[in-house]
Amino acid sequence: MEENLLKTCLYDKHVALNALMSPFGGFIMPIQYTSITDEHNAVRNHAGMFDVSHMGEIFVSGPDAEKFVNHIFSNNVTGIPDGKILYGMMLYPNGTVVDDLLVYKEFEPDHYLLVVNASNIAKDYDWICAQMDGFDVEVVNASDSWGEIALQGPETEKFAVETLGLKPAADLGFYTYYETEWKGARMVVSRTGYTGEDGFEIYCSHETINEIWDILLAAGVAPCGLGCRDTLRFEAGLPLYGHELSDEITPLEAGLGMFAKIKEKDFIGRDALAAQKEAGLTRKIVGIELQDKAIPRAGYPVEVNGEQVGTVTTGYRSISTDRSVCVAMVDKAYTELGTQVEIRIRKKVFPGIVTKKRFYETNYKK
Amino acid sequence: MAKTVEGLYYSESHEWVKVDGNVAIVGITDFAQHAMGDLSYVDMPEVDDELEAGEEFGAVESVKAASDLFCPVSGTVVEINEELEDAPELLNQDAFANWIMKVEMSDPSELENLMDAAAYEAMCANE
Repeated sequence: MEENLLKTCLYDKHVALNALMSPFGGFIMPIQYTSITDEHNAVRNHAGMFDVSHMGEIFVSGPDAEKFVNHIFSNNVTGIPDGKILYGMMLYPNGTVVDDLLVYKEFEPDHYLLVVNASNIAKDYDWICAQMDGFDVEVVNASDSWGEIALQGPETEKFAVETLGLKPAADLGFYTYYETEWKGARMVVSRTGYTGEDGFEIYCSHETINEIWDILLAAGVAPCGLGCRDTLRFEAGLPLYGHELSDEITPLEAGLGMFAKIKEKDFIGRDALAAQKEAGLTRKIVGIELQDKAIPRAGYPVEVNGEQVGTVTTGYRSISTDRSVCVAMVDKAYTELGTQVEIRIRKKVFPGIVTKKRFYETNYKK
Repeated sequence: MAKTVEGLYYSESHEWVKVDGNVAIVGITDFAQHAMGDLSYVDMPEVDDELEAGEEFGAVESVKAASDLFCPVSGTVVEINEELEDAPELLNQDAFANWIMKVEMSDPSELENLMDAAAYEAMCANE
């Protein structure tokens, strides 16, 4: 194990549960406790919880906060109500992605919380600070002092309300949150997640996160590792930075143009996206389903008539649908639904058909 | 934790070989199936494939990863275990009872390059 890996505040809990631990985003994280399949099914059918304390929390506030967030963020925060959450990206001027993130409109005027990917915390913070010229804002990276648990699955409302006593959680709509206190310490509870199921993400101090973990574990919520976090988000058509999004991919190519409001406002990368839209995309992320049981994996070539026309970004034998499926970045000419392609898996090629990139019907609370 | 079987030959890449006359029966070890976790697919070679010792001949795949298989001895594939195509989990249930392929050896002296159970156990203890 590398010496310089960071531990989340729940590290000892994972070790106590005998989790398989592996590096992810600079942290030593639980991959699985029992089996990826069992944990995946727990989230789809009941309730599971993830330690996502590695995620970054960056607070932006000040008289120009709305203007500044709109400058660096692809989605439009103009006038959104307190407690509203938006998904979107920060872009480079060329339209490729610094990171994808959630922006929480806090319950104070001119205050926003940005939740970013663990592997990008330092890069994001530096990027945000480098854009501050001419804006009257304060930016604080509080990632080291916040812990986070993602409680996910169709039964999670019951655990939030009855087990944790978070009664207002029942009234939260999808992508909204409320603030409360747990023994006097600040707690953020949002109806968000990364699994395609209903669920909540709970942010609070390290000490409180440990208490919450123990209470949920004792109540029968399955501890779930990053292994099934990836199979779940993949089936639900959700991107992972470094795979479907990166500093070489634009939101339009990733099929996430709805989160980049190029007609509504200006923001860093906006002009590049507008130009790309005008010129037409040359490639796009699509879903591909294989007829065979062979499993397409990230990096495998997508071919037509023996020529490479794309690359798999994520692929699995889908646990919930029992089909071999992947998402891939493919040349525009081969992105129409129903297009026949082949995927090279080691020495053989397997026929596949272009599909939508969501393989599982999501069950969000509207 | 992982078991071995006496009388088999073992490769550094965690295949086992059982010798039956001039035929090498090849599978993966209990250590290998344990390290992989629940298997969801076995990529099999085809009958009549000619393989060199050390050559990749297929893969076993779990949810999270694919692990290449390497042929322990040179020869020609004479039979594959088609049962595994629909039931890869058999390898998790008993890795030594479920073989993957049978190879007609072209050079049985290559068996001397493989390990016995004790040497293989010692290698696994260091992984």
